[in-house]
Amino acid sequence: MQAYLFVLPAVVIIGIFKVFPAIAAFYMSLFKWDVIQGAFRGFGNYTDWLYDNALRSPDFWRSLSTTFTYVILTVPLEIAFSLVIAYLLFQKIRGRGIYRTAYYLPYVTSFVAAAVVFNWLFHPQYGLVNALLGVVGIGPQRWLDEPSGFFQIVASAFGIALPEWAAGPSMALVVVSIVTVWHYLRYQVVIFLAGLSNTYYEAARLDGASERQIFTKITLPLLSPTTFFVFTIATIGALRSFDTVFILTGGGPLDTTRTVTLLIFKTALQQAQFGLGAALAFILTLIILLFTLVQFRVLGRRVYYG
Amino acid sequence: MATVARTFPRSTPRPRLRIRGRTIALHAFLIVVALAVAYPFYFMVTSSFKDLLEATKNPPDVFPAQLHPENYIEAWNRAPWGRYFVNTIFVSIAVTIGELVTASLAGYAFARMRFPAKSVLFIVFLATLMVPSEATIIPNYVLMSPSRNGCLGLPCLGWFDTYQVQIVPFIATAFSIFLMRQFFLSIPSELSDAARMDGAGHLRFLWSVALPLSVPALITAGLVTFLGSWNAFLWPLIVTTKPDFRPVQVGLSAFRQEAGSSYHLLMAASTFVIAPIVLLFLVAQRYLVQGIARTGIRG
Repeated sequence: MQAYLFVLPAVVIIGIFKVFPAIAAFYMSLFKWDVIQGAFRGFGNYTDWLYDNALRSPDFWRSLSTTFTYVILTVPLEIAFSLVIAYLLFQKIRGRGIYRTAYYLPYVTSFVAAAVVFNWLFHPQYGLVNALLGVVGIGPQRWLDEPSGFFQIVASAFGIALPEWAAGPSMALVVVSIVTVWHYLRYQVVIFLAGLSNTYYEAARLDGASERQIFTKITLPLLSPTTFFVFTIATIGALRSFDTVFILTGGGPLDTTRTVTLLIFKTALQQAQFGLGAALAFILTLIILLFTLVQFRVLGRRVYYG
Repeated sequence: MATVARTFPRSTPRPRLRIRGRTIALHAFLIVVALAVAYPFYFMVTSSFKDLLEATKNPPDVFPAQLHPENYIEAWNRAPWGRYFVNTIFVSIAVTIGELVTASLAGYAFARMRFPAKSVLFIVFLATLMVPSEATIIPNYVLMSPSRNGCLGLPCLGWFDTYQVQIVPFIATAFSIFLMRQFFLSIPSELSDAARMDGAGHLRFLWSVALPLSVPALITAGLVTFLGSWNAFLWPLIVTTKPDFRPVQVGLSAFRQEAGSSYHLLMAASTFVIAPIVLLFLVAQRYLVQGIARTGIRG
């Protein structure tokens, strides 16, 4: 009996604010629900997003493509950078503690403050980045205000006109991705370092293994499950990210950085279309769940990260 | 040992010079990347001490020609920062304490007590880890609204512009419960047997033996929770409209419009918004890093 009293507070809170809303979200998504509950629509809200509604579905597919572009722009870079940095920080070098602190520090800072600084560094007029590019003879860019495709801008610098389909992600989305990588880099570094730290190294060194042997026989095998873990965590994080994009661009310019989460925000909270918003949130949840399930499966089998 | 020795034949010792060259290259690389990572902070702090003219100079001066600490006073006076900070500190501490209490109790029950439906309940808790907040934010928003049209069959809480709207939904998470459970499981059963012989009940054992032993886990869980609460943005943004209840992050976001092109003030405000959490990080870095490594939480 006492055990129930122990779990009761957690059950009440998680039940009301997590389990119930998860079920309620699906329920809401089946209705026309503009602030107040309306007619039952079945899967009408879903088909509106997917193909039925000439206004909604282009928005949906565009934001989904923006979201996946954002994933592709950030996740591989985060993994590559953090893997190299973690490997170097793991070496026995002087001042390791100072380096680690320097690398971890930005992770704890809020994204709002980071965005304030980056908005300015990439300012079209006063930004340092344009000043630096000016030194190597590249003209000023509009960065976060630039809706044109990144490849298109690069190509036009060489006098080549690219077709519409090859324009690439908007310059604004590229900048948002760079800032995202900067902000989450150290987080992945921590995970990689945790994956590296164990006693195999000392044993191998005692037995006279060479650096190369240590790298190929210990580091790589140890890091492969960790890399997979970082990959899924980073992908889920990028699929869910709201703060980063919302604070840097608010979805603009010309909606080129409007990810699915921002579309949910706009639909549900700015247009008060709760039903449609819930349906969209449910679609995103299904995509995220897919990655989570894969992660849990593989993690359950073999991962060393503690 | 013998098998390991066979896998790694003894290599010849490396010449000293090569090691030194490698070390220098390593340091050079780490310093360059560290500078790139840390530069935005340096830029923020130095700009916050410049006057407007110098702050908008491009490329910027490495160091302000003259220090203007009065920027901080001006920025502080242009928005209700005192209120924002009180709100954030209060909410973060309340959430952290609440979460530690619920997680200790539930984690203990899952680790060391027997009760019907225990495993079902535990699976439900774990399953909530897979539900992203995007899925639950709309119903939670409706639940908090003052609307009289019924909030999903539950009584409407009408909690917009309050503290509890930023606290109550977050005082229990499966993450912390799981973390505490893992820790309690590692406490040897001899200890609880001895306690039972001495006539101590579960609550007594939890309070006087299990929790004192779990201080590292409590600090880790507490820090991760505190950090998440301090940096929370989307939820407080949508459920608060008045500065009376808004936290610093939402305040800073609003201040961006308010400050307009007074970049030096904006940088001063950003600096004092992140300063407390940076200090906390420097003090408790070890635990925070452990927390990330153990739970895989990404802010």
